[in-house]
Amino acid sequence: MPKAQLFITCLGDQFYTSTLQNMTRILERLGVDLAFPPGQTCCGQPLFNNGFEEKTRPVAWNFLQAFGQSEASIVGPSGSCVSMVKHHYPSLFKPGTAEHNLAVDIASRTFEFTEYLVNILKVTDVGAVYPHKVTYHASCHYLREMGLKTEARSLLNRVKELELIPLQEEETCCGFGGAFTVTFPEVSRSMMENKVRDILASGADTVVMCEPGCLMNIAGGLHKAGSKIRALHIIDLLANMDSTSPDVGA
Amino acid sequence: MTETPTYIGFEEYSEHVPAGIPPAVQQATNRFISGRAARVAELPQWEELRHIGSDIRLHTIENMDVYLSRLEEKVVAAGGNVHWAETAEAANQIVLQIAREHHVKTAVKSKSMATEETGLNHALEQEGIQAIETDLGEYIIQLAGTGPSHIIVPAVHLKKEDVAEIFSEKLDLDAPSDPVELARIAREVLREKFLNAEMGISGGNFLIAETGTLVLVTNEGNGRMVSTMPDVHVAVVGIDKVIPDWESLTVFLKLLARSATGQKLSTYTQFITGPRREEGEFGPKEFHLVLLDNGRSKVLKDPVGREVFKCIRCGACANVCPVYKNVGGFAYGWFISGPIGAILSPQMLGTRTARELPYASTLCGACADVCPVKIPIPTILRHLRRRVAEGDEFATATLPTLPRLSAGFASIALAKNWIYRLGTLFLPTIMSIFRRGNWIANAPYPLSRWTRGRPLPAFTAGFRSWWRKAHSREDQDSTR
Repeated sequence: MPKAQLFITCLGDQFYTSTLQNMTRILERLGVDLAFPPGQTCCGQPLFNNGFEEKTRPVAWNFLQAFGQSEASIVGPSGSCVSMVKHHYPSLFKPGTAEHNLAVDIASRTFEFTEYLVNILKVTDVGAVYPHKVTYHASCHYLREMGLKTEARSLLNRVKELELIPLQEEETCCGFGGAFTVTFPEVSRSMMENKVRDILASGADTVVMCEPGCLMNIAGGLHKAGSKIRALHIIDLLANMDSTSPDVGA
Repeated sequence: MTETPTYIGFEEYSEHVPAGIPPAVQQATNRFISGRAARVAELPQWEELRHIGSDIRLHTIENMDVYLSRLEEKVVAAGGNVHWAETAEAANQIVLQIAREHHVKTAVKSKSMATEETGLNHALEQEGIQAIETDLGEYIIQLAGTGPSHIIVPAVHLKKEDVAEIFSEKLDLDAPSDPVELARIAREVLREKFLNAEMGISGGNFLIAETGTLVLVTNEGNGRMVSTMPDVHVAVVGIDKVIPDWESLTVFLKLLARSATGQKLSTYTQFITGPRREEGEFGPKEFHLVLLDNGRSKVLKDPVGREVFKCIRCGACANVCPVYKNVGGFAYGWFISGPIGAILSPQMLGTRTARELPYASTLCGACADVCPVKIPIPTILRHLRRRVAEGDEFATATLPTLPRLSAGFASIALAKNWIYRLGTLFLPTIMSIFRRGNWIANAPYPLSRWTRGRPLPAFTAGFRSWWRKAHSREDQDSTR
């Protein structure tokens, strides 16, 4: 029986309760023995990406302690947060130290949700049904730092009654960028508005993505534009075991 | 026109981007991106070429002194003159001195980012020497009185109607907004300048150390006229443009035009080795190469940051950058814009003047994907953010106190999980004051900067208690 620890990410923790519940249900349904280390906080990426390397270290150490208790894999609903753990944690600690060894060990067994499903559990059909026109936004860190180019699509392709339609500039950043949204609010806004414009033009009734950050941004933008298009984390889409409306992350 | 800035206020500019700029920039850059994609798809060995290009540039950066002295030796052997300019001011003085010696009244210029960097036009004008830009885009922005807003398409922010307006006003004629007609007008005005200029000034795309050859890559043919018609040709080139040999050049020529404009090769590729020889050749009587340092040697000491000098100035990073495409080039405050500007300016001007620029990115990584020489732009952005936020061996921190204190507080709250968890308990209650349904339309500062653009989802923070109820046994297992 595969074992995994849930890495809920701080954005998931604060904003996406039902997405995390759905992640739990999907993984349990697939027979994963789940644990939730309550000592986890935030991966520290907001600090790290803003140049505060020194100040990231204790935050990363908290993460390593929280997840280092168990040998199990670590699964999170965000390519960006997982990339932080996977690609940047080892650089925070001096090679040869116990901290560095733990960081390297944890990095090697931390996975993004769709990556874990498709590449580790080897599952693409989770038994979901979603009779809608769906378009897909490729999140930047998920796509480029994690290199996850096909995983989300192979899951979506197996969802019954789902029609996947293309999105113009699918791989263009939505303008989230963490602190970027408050550092340069107008740039972030116009990037988001371009993304919303493309989503509106796609003809889809649902836009799906694998990143809570992008989801906050795009869902908010669609709401502000008065659009009925639903923005969903892929987890919430995959959680639809029947044709009823999903419980959107709130 | 560009002057060395003392502070680059990216955020301030970004709050008031002229409405016409993003659409004009997006239209042009989208065309370049699709052209690039088509040309790249034709070359199955593209990734290998990028890899080789990157390796050659790294090797050159690590051995720059060797290649520069070889270059000097070969240029001199070919009958040219080499001048070393440690600063922008020194470079301008060298050009002025050459101009004085030849009683130059008019100088024609082909596109040169190095002279935009030094502000040469301004220096020449102060001495009463007329400097005329002859690249169409450069000519337009010279008339408009601004600097370039893109590395290779300096007037990318202007529509044809804007250009017609500028021509009509500055040239005192009635210019139609027809690109062909506008080009004809410029050609007519410039042809006369070419014939009368005593000096031609160019930049340089590459300097081949092996033979002391200056390589100019252009599309309009003006570079050819600038470097052959006047009696004196002065090339002002950054020291980072040196490459080892002709074999390396073949790699960069394959990478450059494809990445820049989606061409296989630019219309003109010129190789200039010294001045004209005696036997009735074309070309200038004198050739001067001004090698510009202007802080580059200092940047070369930083093993992470110096990879910026791998740049071959194709502009592809700007073309794909969603930030650049929504603010335009002027936001970057100096001659070089887009992601490459965001990593070059803070190193050349320092992180006091350009501290905002490393943050002018969502770290989306699209730039690194297209860079023909694989500059790790997001890595260098983070490296420079660290210099700004915490300071490093090259500079002390320059970030204001408030964000530094906030980061210090965040670090403690996120590292001590009981503080974080306490916050998680209270945040939904506190934020519920601002909540309307599932959304927070107006949040307090600093989140007000988020809600300016779109609402914030309501804080729910319900997973931990749900998990405890549903999985009480597992929870105990995983608690320390």
